[in-house]
Amino acid sequence: MNVVERVTAMLRIRRFEEQCIRLSKEGQFPGHYHVYIGQEPTAVAVCAALAAEDFVYSTWRNHGHLLARGAAADRMMAEILGKAGGYCGGRSGTLHLCVRELGIPATSALVGGSLPMATGGALACKRRGSGITAAFFGDAALEEGAAYEAMIIAAVWKLPILLVCENNSIPPQQRKRGQYTSSTLPAARLVDVPRSLQLPSEVVDGADADALSECFDRLTGEIRSGGGPRFVEVRCTRWPGNFPLWPDLPGGEWRLAWAFDQQAEHAELAAWLQESDPILLYLRKLAAAGTLDRAQAEAIDARVRAEMSAAVQFALDSPQPAPGDAFHHVWAQGGAAQ
Amino acid sequence: MKITFAEGLAKAIHESLAADPRVVMIGSGFMGLNMEARQMLNPALSEFAERIMVTPVSELALAGAGIGAASCGQRPIVDLSTGSFLFQAFAQVANEAANIHYMSGGQTSVPVTFYCLGGIRGAGAAQHSGRTQAMLGQVPGLQILTPGGADDAYGLLKWALLESQNPSVFISHSLLFAETAQIEPGAPMLALGKARIRREGRDVSIIASSITVPRAMAAARTLQREHGISAEVVDLRTIVPLDRETVLQSVARTGRAVIADECHRSYGVAAEIAATLAEDGLEFLKARVRRVTVPDVPIPFSPVMEAELTVTAEKIAAAALQTLGR
Repeated sequence: MNVVERVTAMLRIRRFEEQCIRLSKEGQFPGHYHVYIGQEPTAVAVCAALAAEDFVYSTWRNHGHLLARGAAADRMMAEILGKAGGYCGGRSGTLHLCVRELGIPATSALVGGSLPMATGGALACKRRGSGITAAFFGDAALEEGAAYEAMIIAAVWKLPILLVCENNSIPPQQRKRGQYTSSTLPAARLVDVPRSLQLPSEVVDGADADALSECFDRLTGEIRSGGGPRFVEVRCTRWPGNFPLWPDLPGGEWRLAWAFDQQAEHAELAAWLQESDPILLYLRKLAAAGTLDRAQAEAIDARVRAEMSAAVQFALDSPQPAPGDAFHHVWAQGGAAQ
Repeated sequence: MKITFAEGLAKAIHESLAADPRVVMIGSGFMGLNMEARQMLNPALSEFAERIMVTPVSELALAGAGIGAASCGQRPIVDLSTGSFLFQAFAQVANEAANIHYMSGGQTSVPVTFYCLGGIRGAGAAQHSGRTQAMLGQVPGLQILTPGGADDAYGLLKWALLESQNPSVFISHSLLFAETAQIEPGAPMLALGKARIRREGRDVSIIASSITVPRAMAAARTLQREHGISAEVVDLRTIVPLDRETVLQSVARTGRAVIADECHRSYGVAAEIAATLAEDGLEFLKARVRRVTVPDVPIPFSPVMEAELTVTAEKIAAAALQTLGR
């Protein structure tokens, strides 16, 4: 994945999530939802290291994972709006979005719920003799018994599985006090939990796109060559818009100019942008190295914004499902029917 | 050929492993504590050892592993061992397996089988006697297979492993292991979702499933021998799908219904059948419907107290006599 592709992939997620927040505030879809702003390079780095035959398991915070895997923004947005044109015909909404043809067979909205299923995906890879499975989950998943059991199975069966724990639980100033790295799990370090089960585990900075790429390229290579499971804690710094119960856009729409010559007025956001926004940090690094200049970055952003505007329009134009569609897809063909 | 229920299970497992390389076994304790029945599985376990996963005591994630493997192209069977242990796996079975095909808008099928050795079996007490078919019947998307004979133990398990496209919960019962039936090798299975008339009769229909099938048959023989009453026995075979039509047709012929079921009385399988008769079969009924079920109390350890709660042939026969005013 080259620099332009990586920046494009990250901006697709950022701009998609902004549209979600806007559509929710407009009342275009009911219910709660979760956005991936601030964690973009993790999904991008993991998915860049995956092959088409691999499987991906995600959570209720799945938009970034699916986009990075190559899902179509328009069909995702239509699903989030509950429309007939969505990937799941309006049955999933934001919480359980999945795309079977991209190797994302099922997404659980239960904390820790995807982890056991991901071990099954990895078992399928092992049985057919190729491919690996990546499982994304948050730090809270480690508070569920399901995660502990799944890690036991991954270790005992030596499964080709990449466990990606995105720890976005706590601001860095609290971490520095030497407290738990998660808000509520009484482990001094999250990786102590998988390490106690003999799972090779490491920590990576979720704001460092290059470090993430290096980490996941290396670990997926080790898994592919029969090394067994790997666990990674990605330390993300939660984006201020994720602190309220409902996602918000503090400081309004994100501006590329913040990477270069402007400052956000919102104080909390400004601090996050300066220290922790992985996209801005990456763009600044690329500009300083002369790899990607501001004009090139703006051109990418313009293309991405156009894609997301079209996706929103597709979703708004997509018809509502027929009420009677509620009765379809309870049973797979060839099975029971009532 | 004549086979026992346990032989039917072992035969289905062996033939399925041989027929389809996607069949993978997550756990292998299908026969519970019955050492004789365990021997029957040995040929399959040694011949297909690479497809028998050795399992930690992690029912929740093992169920999930089966679901995930099924979603990714395998055909796993997860041995949940004692039926009550389904509760350890409930979140994955009820909230993941059952929902995936629907939530994905039909993108993903989940042909996984969860095997439960359920039922009131003697000395199981409250935590090892679970019959979960009725509560699982409240979960759309799960097929619930409740064989009451050796023929269906073989046929339904093989169907689940080789042909089903949906998640199945297979409710086995250790007190059925010695039941025998004739099977014709290679003959097609009675279609899924069809009840089996185990015995034809004119005076009363006894509707049963799982362990209550042989008990209903015993009750029917007693009724014939001692009272000259001709009882029909309808074996539901599967709780989901439920063959309401065959039940209604039987009651249309006999005019009387006794429903024998090992679930607790309230909100149980028998309650669903009774509701069906009330809604769609009232005109056929010459007498009130009778349910013979387990009272709404936990199962006690004491054999004496356990027997008090158990659905027996005697209780079924007594209920049939009641419908005939005797």
